[in-house]
Amino acid sequence: MADTLLKVEDLNVYYGSIHAIKGISFEVKEGEIVTLIGANGAGKSTTLNTVAGLLKPRTGNIEFCSKSLVGVPAHKIIKDGLALCPEGRRVFLQLSVKENLEMGAYTRPDSELAESIEKVYELFPRLKERYKQVAGTLSGGEQQMLAMGRALMSKPRLMMLDEPSMGLAPILVDQIFDIIKDLHKSGTTILLVEQNARKALAIADRAYVLETGKIVNTGTGSELLHDDSVRKAYLGG
Amino acid sequence: MLNYLISGISLGSVYAIIALGYTMVYGIAKMLNFAHGDVIMVGGYAAFCASTYLGWPIPLCILFSMMICTILGIVIEKLAYKPLRNATSLAVLITAIGVSYFLQNIALLIWTSNPKAFPNMANFIPAISLGDTTISSTTIITIIASVIIMIGLTLFTGKTKMGKAMRAVSEDKGAAQLMGINVNATISITFAIGSGLAAIAGVLLCSAYPTLMPTTGSMPGIKAFTAAVLGGIGSIPGAMLGGILLGILEKFAQAYISTQLSDAIVFAALIVVLLVKPTGLLGKKITEKV
Repeated sequence: MADTLLKVEDLNVYYGSIHAIKGISFEVKEGEIVTLIGANGAGKSTTLNTVAGLLKPRTGNIEFCSKSLVGVPAHKIIKDGLALCPEGRRVFLQLSVKENLEMGAYTRPDSELAESIEKVYELFPRLKERYKQVAGTLSGGEQQMLAMGRALMSKPRLMMLDEPSMGLAPILVDQIFDIIKDLHKSGTTILLVEQNARKALAIADRAYVLETGKIVNTGTGSELLHDDSVRKAYLGG
Repeated sequence: MLNYLISGISLGSVYAIIALGYTMVYGIAKMLNFAHGDVIMVGGYAAFCASTYLGWPIPLCILFSMMICTILGIVIEKLAYKPLRNATSLAVLITAIGVSYFLQNIALLIWTSNPKAFPNMANFIPAISLGDTTISSTTIITIIASVIIMIGLTLFTGKTKMGKAMRAVSEDKGAAQLMGINVNATISITFAIGSGLAAIAGVLLCSAYPTLMPTTGSMPGIKAFTAAVLGGIGSIPGAMLGGILLGILEKFAQAYISTQLSDAIVFAALIVVLLVKPTGLLGKKITEKV
């Protein structure tokens, strides 16, 4: 059995007095694609942001590579090999494509920069064509590619993707999912949050269903794809 | 005519250096540090004390002044602004004004309100004569210093890893953290740089206008803020352009219209520019895509 890379235990997160995440536990093993699905406001992004250190949990434990991440500031977490490609892309609009990628490798030595950038360009040839442009001039799909490329620049062991297909045309959504599969094949473990549950479940090894801050269902991707309650709630019957 | 132009450019270069500090801090930390002008005053006093009381050589005085201001900038940021990182910009603005008064009154306690005669620390190169007009050593040094600082800052924010990280922080603190950038340290460094520049501005300002008082920094501070807004706040060349234009405008207004009205004219110019071009002369266009 593969090693557990990320282990979340009994996590509770509050926004002020609002109890957003209510004691969830899940794990991601090395080499898996795991997806969290659920409706708007179920707590998917909150979970990822908490794991990445942007939000502080009130109680609970987060372990990455058997090391607790609770209390570790966000800017130190990426060094351990845990990258988050955030919801809404959040690329640096006034920085050029290349500068955005450089920022992704901020914690790594400069000597490895050129090679990593080439790798990202291989994966996303569009970015190479536009490396000098400021990110604000890219299309939505290109910005998503940039956000993913940027997260890859840190050479993560686990890449968390928050709604990578949000707001993209169907043909681009397919492309993004193909890229996720490629990333996975090349050895990156993936934790994917998606509203596009059908597509997410189709590529996932395992999945968790979140509902108002709790995990209500779990199973392999194909089990959940054929699960009646999941079909009704998230796959349109 | 040429005389006024030269003294305008000289004054404008001081404004430009101060404005560069404003713009740097605004550009990265997205806050208006209204205490910036008073850091200049502290820089002036630091250099004055090192020179007059301790008898240190000029380069050492300037370095000492920069060191004091850099530390002061970092301390101010830590104590006054950092706790307000997530507060409304109005709260931060009011705090900055509070810090400004605090510094002025501390200076008043230490050095009293009697003006001190500041020794000229910027006259180590020969003056240049152009026919009837002489360009003083201080003027030449001030202009050169402002150009060097502008180029230096442009290269720093454009080419260095730290500079790029600063621009990343200015756009999206959360995303910058995800990249592994220590946001608090980055903002501290921004304040350190801005305040170090304030020290240089203080020495140059007091060398050109050698009366040093606790309120010395406030008017140039406000003018330089005007210059930064005029040029487009957040833009480094904008601060430079705004500063020089403002200095020239002020000197010409003093010479040809009225000494008393010159400040009013300067601020009126700002209003006109903002009416025509709200982002300032070289202000950034905001490009955003959803």
